Amino acid sequence: MFETLTLSALPPEDEAIRPALRALIQEAIAELPVHRRARSWQGFDAAFSRKLGQAGYLGLSLPKEYGGVGRGPFTRFVVVEELLSAGAPVAGHWIADRQSGPLILHYGTEAQRRFYLPRISKGEALFCIGMSEPGSGSDLASVRSRAEQQADGGWLLNGQKIWTTNAMHSDYMIALVRTSGTSADRQQGLSQLIVDLKAPGVSIRPIVDLTGDAHFAEVFFEDVRLAPDALIGAEGQGWKQVTAELAFERSGPERIYSSVVLIDAWVRHLEAVGRKDSATLRLVGSLMAQQAVLREMSLAVTARLVAGESPVVEASLMKDLGTSFEQAVPQLIGDDLAANPDEPVDPELYRTLLYVTHIAPSFSLRGGTREILRGIIARGLGLR
Amino acid sequence: MDMSELIDPFARLIEDVCTPAAIREIEQGGDSSAMWNAFVESGFLDALVAEESGGAGLSLNDAAPLIALLGRHAVPLPVGDTMIARALLAAAGVEAPEGPIAIATGAGAVPFAAVASHILSGTADAPVLIAAKIEATGVPHDVDAHVAGLNGAALRPIAAVLRAQLISGAAGRVMEMTVAYANERVQFGKPIGKQQAVQQQLSVLAEQAVAARIAAAIGARSGLQPKPADAAIAKHGASLAAGQVAAIAHAVHGAIGISEEYDLQLLTRRLHGWRLADGSESYWAGLLGELRLAAAASPTADFIRGA
Repeated sequence: MFETLTLSALPPEDEAIRPALRALIQEAIAELPVHRRARSWQGFDAAFSRKLGQAGYLGLSLPKEYGGVGRGPFTRFVVVEELLSAGAPVAGHWIADRQSGPLILHYGTEAQRRFYLPRISKGEALFCIGMSEPGSGSDLASVRSRAEQQADGGWLLNGQKIWTTNAMHSDYMIALVRTSGTSADRQQGLSQLIVDLKAPGVSIRPIVDLTGDAHFAEVFFEDVRLAPDALIGAEGQGWKQVTAELAFERSGPERIYSSVVLIDAWVRHLEAVGRKDSATLRLVGSLMAQQAVLREMSLAVTARLVAGESPVVEASLMKDLGTSFEQAVPQLIGDDLAANPDEPVDPELYRTLLYVTHIAPSFSLRGGTREILRGIIARGLGLR
Repeated sequence: MDMSELIDPFARLIEDVCTPAAIREIEQGGDSSAMWNAFVESGFLDALVAEESGGAGLSLNDAAPLIALLGRHAVPLPVGDTMIARALLAAAGVEAPEGPIAIATGAGAVPFAAVASHILSGTADAPVLIAAKIEATGVPHDVDAHVAGLNGAALRPIAAVLRAQLISGAAGRVMEMTVAYANERVQFGKPIGKQQAVQQQLSVLAEQAVAARIAAAIGARSGLQPKPADAAIAKHGASLAAGQVAAIAHAVHGAIGISEEYDLQLLTRRLHGWRLADGSESYWAGLLGELRLAAAASPTADFIRGA
C-alpha cells in the first residue's frame, strides 16, 4: 500500500532558482522580527506578493498562454520551501497560487482562464476559499449558502461563510454553495462559484484569533447578483471539484514547515548559550530527522502531482504526519527552554515560541481536521 | 536494469523457503542449513559485490527492495547482513566464507548472531571477520545473541541503514495483516475496522509504515558507506515507527496477536529487536543533533537538504 510514494529528486533546473529567489525574499524579510516571520503563510504583504508575481515566482504550474510560468509542481515546491523556511509573508497570493489557479485552469472556461489566470500569476488577483459555514465545518456537504439561477442565467446568492482565511484582503472568493436540491441531497447539487468580493450585498467581518491577529473572517451574502459565468466547472459537480482541490491544499510543504522559523531561532539560541548536553542534542536531532523524512514525503506527493495524479489519500497521510510534527515542535521547544530556567531567553524567541504554541491548534484544523484526514486514510486502506 | 526482474524471483524464493513453520523451527534452534543453502544457491548473497569481484554490482539503493523483502517475511537468518558483509569483504580483498555473517557494531545484542557462522566487525577498509563465538541472550526463541570483545562501531551507519530497511519491510507487512484482520474480526455485529476509533489507529499505523519506508530509503541513497546524517535519519525514523507500528498492530489484533501460534509475533518481535540494534532512535538523534548544532547559523531547510 502507498508504494507510489518514493524518494523523488527535484530537477536541477528547479534547484537552480534558489539563489535569485532567496535574494528577493531576504529583501522582504530583512526588517521583519522573528515572531512576525513565524506567521509564515498567514503573514500578509500584498506588495511582496506582487513582487513575486512580477519576478515570475507565481503561477508556476499555469501554462504560458494564460500568463503562467509553464513549469510545474516541482518548481512550486522549491519556491514554497524557500518562502516558508525564511518565514516570508505569503498569505496574499497563497490560496490563488496554490489552489484557485489550478482549479480555474482545470475546470474553468476559456474566458475564465483568460480573465483570471494572468492576474493570479502577477499576484494581482487575490483569492480566498469559501467552504466552512456556521453549521458546516468538517461536515462540508451540509453547506446551506444557496445560489439560485435567474432567468438571464445569472445567480442570486444568499448565505454566510465563516473562518475564511484572508477574505478581507481578497478580491475573489471561490465559494462552495448549493445550486440545486436540498441539504438532504448532501454532495449532490453543490457547485463552485467565483464571487467578486466587491459586489453589492457582500459584507466581510474579520475575526480576531487568540494571538491577536485577524487572519480569517465571516463573509455574508445578501442577494448578491452574480453573472452567469460566475459558475466554475459544472453545476452540481462542486463536491468532486472541491475534493480534487483539497489534494492540492493538503499536499504541499506548507504542511511541514509551519514551525521551522521557531526551530531555527531555537537552534541559534542553543548555539549562543553553548548548550550541547545529550538531551539537547537528541531533541535537536530528533526534530531534524523527522523534518527530513517529512520533506521527502512531501516531495514524493509532489511527484504524484507531476505525474498527473490526484493523490488524495497520500496527501492526507502526509498532512496528518506533518501537522502532528509541526504541533509537537512548540511543545518540545517550550519544555526544553523551561527545563533550563537559569538560561536567559531572548524576548524575541519567547514571543515566537508563544505565538507558535498558541496558533499550533490551527495546523490540524485548516484544510481538513486530523479526524477527517484519518477517515480518508482509512478509506484508502479499504476499511470504509 | 528493470528491478522487478530481480525482486519477483527473490520474493518467490523467500515465500518458498521461509514459511512461518520454517521460521519457528530455526527460532527453536533447528537446522537452518536448508534455508541458508537456498539463499546461497540463488546467487543473491553477492548482489552488492562489485562486478569485477564476481558479484551483481547492485547499488545499495537498487538492493534496498530486496532487503525490505527479508524484513517483510521475517527471514530468521542474516541474509541482508551477509549481502553487505560480502560486499565490504570483497572490496577489502578478503575472501568471504560460505556461511551466514552477522555484523556486530556495539556491545548490545547482535542481530542474527545466534544463527551466524561468522561475525563481522572492524571498519569498511579493514574488516575483521571471526568465527562466531556467542552467548545466548536467554530471550525465548531469539536468533540474536551477545558477542563480546569486538569493535565494529565504524560499521554502525551501514548496519543501521540495513536495519531500517528490514523494519520498513516488516512494518509494511504488519500494516497489511492488521488492516486485513480489522476487516475480518466481527464485534458488536460488524467488522472492528468499521469502528472510527479503530480506523483512526490504523491510519496512524499506515502513516508510520510509510514514514519508515521513506526514512529507510533516505539511508540507502548514499551507498555502502552511508553519510552519517543519512544513516541517522533512516534509523531514527524506522526505529520511531517500529515501536508504534508494533503497538497499534497488537492493540487492534487483541489477544490472538500475542499468542505464539499467530504469525504477527514473528514480525513484531523482530521490529522491537531491530529498533534496538545498531543504535535506537535516540542514539541517532544525538548524532544528528551534533551535526545540526555544528551548522547552527544555516536554516533547517538547508541542513536537511544537504544532509
